[in-house]
Amino acid sequence: MQEFFDWFRWLYDATGINLTIFYDSFDRSRFVNGFLTTLKLAASCVTLSVAVGVVGAWLQGSRLNFTRRVVYWYIQLFRNTPPLVQLYFFYFGIGHLVKGASGVPLVTNMQWAIFALSLYAGAFNVEIFRSGIEAVPRATIEAAESLGFSRLRAYVLIVLPLAFRISLPALNNNLVNLVKTTSISYAIAVPEMLYVSNQIWSDSVNVPEMMNVLLICYVSLVGILVWLMHKWENAMRVPGFGTV
Amino acid sequence: MRGLNQIATDLPVLNTAALNRIQTFAGGARLTLTPALGLLLIACFAASIGVAQAQAASGHPSVLATLWKWMPLILKGFVFNIAISFLAMAIGTFFGMFLGLAQISLFRPVRKGAWFATHFFRNAPWLVLLFYCMFLLPFKFTLFGVTIPFPDWMKATLGLSLPVMANVSEIVRGAIQSIPTGQWESAYSLAFNRRQTLWMIILPQGVKRMLPPWMNVYCILAVGTVLASVVGVQEVMTLTGDALSAENRPELLMPFYGFVLLLFFAYCYPIARWTVAMERKYAVKI
Repeated sequence: MQEFFDWFRWLYDATGINLTIFYDSFDRSRFVNGFLTTLKLAASCVTLSVAVGVVGAWLQGSRLNFTRRVVYWYIQLFRNTPPLVQLYFFYFGIGHLVKGASGVPLVTNMQWAIFALSLYAGAFNVEIFRSGIEAVPRATIEAAESLGFSRLRAYVLIVLPLAFRISLPALNNNLVNLVKTTSISYAIAVPEMLYVSNQIWSDSVNVPEMMNVLLICYVSLVGILVWLMHKWENAMRVPGFGTV
Repeated sequence: MRGLNQIATDLPVLNTAALNRIQTFAGGARLTLTPALGLLLIACFAASIGVAQAQAASGHPSVLATLWKWMPLILKGFVFNIAISFLAMAIGTFFGMFLGLAQISLFRPVRKGAWFATHFFRNAPWLVLLFYCMFLLPFKFTLFGVTIPFPDWMKATLGLSLPVMANVSEIVRGAIQSIPTGQWESAYSLAFNRRQTLWMIILPQGVKRMLPPWMNVYCILAVGTVLASVVGVQEVMTLTGDALSAENRPELLMPFYGFVLLLFFAYCYPIARWTVAMERKYAVKI
């Protein structure tokens, strides 16, 4: 392994391509931590935003006009405003109000980032799941009702599994977007990949190299997500729907 | 079930079918902007001002007065954002159209290359592309002895137009491929060549299908312009931050950022509604 790292030092001496994240152990640990933070951020946001989507879509089909309106305005508000401003609003605006006795913030910047980004992506997920739910044939729900399922049980056991399969391609798109959007938490100093890369290139003045590393990292992260989602999509495919 | 019972249809029969169709293409619960709902937003904003006012130490001008004082600056920044979004959209659409056409090229390397470029720029985060353009483009060009300055905001505009280009490319490709093959075949049978078919028959039909997703991309770009603040362009977020640090009153944070949210909402929401209406109008009738 040491030889592998030394090779990059040689590369720097020979060509001037300065990849400190390989041969310098401090930069390496910084970058690895940043990468792991991005992973953690992305995984938390993906899970939470899907949960928001499922609950929101259920509330949107509610019989109460009021609930539907609340969900509608939540979606419109979060879809039509910049995620960065939302992040600032939560972190600076609300974060300022939520403080402990000694003035210590109760919610860390990482938690605010997860919260804001999940709400942002969740707004899109609600719409995605709603369209999936609408695509479930009415007769299926009627059949469930005639078998004595309650509204909630029919939703959880029959509508949702079908709707989920229908909405997977659109969900896939949105989750890719979400993974990319995690980079804006740079603005509130969450130590994720972009943030640590900025620190590294400020210290070692290797902007082009770090930019390329960053692009490759994000593109491969998204690539892995897309690959996993496609595998999942294929595994969950309902026979007789869509193309072969 | 969805409050869709009052949809006007002139069909004497097939009521349920008409309802279903409208529901499918409506793109959401069809709630119109009633005065009460419009006031809800303003009420939220007023509440945030109220909370801020309650926290304010005495001796300062009121939150509303402070916001009023800074409003010209913030609005100026917002107009700049809109200008950036127009410019980036224009550049992105221009190049995206050619990239999209290259994606259906008959020449394999061109097709593959365009496919790769499209997916690369679609899959890279906006902020990273922005940093890329910010750091790697020169701040001035010297062309035939004439020095052309290349300011920050121009670089940010270019950085924002890259993902727009990739998205437009996919929209163009999708629209062209959604036109039935019969159109191509009948054009060929009338002795149109490939270029003529594309420009005179396929693309004019495709424009209708491209328009709604294109407007969606514009909305995403419009809210994406604030990313330029991270790389130091003097737009609405930067100016709001400057105003806040000049005031140095933490209770102002929420109303100020809330105001910026409201500005963007007021700009993007009508466009989004318009897009939905257009989608419904141009939807393929089943």
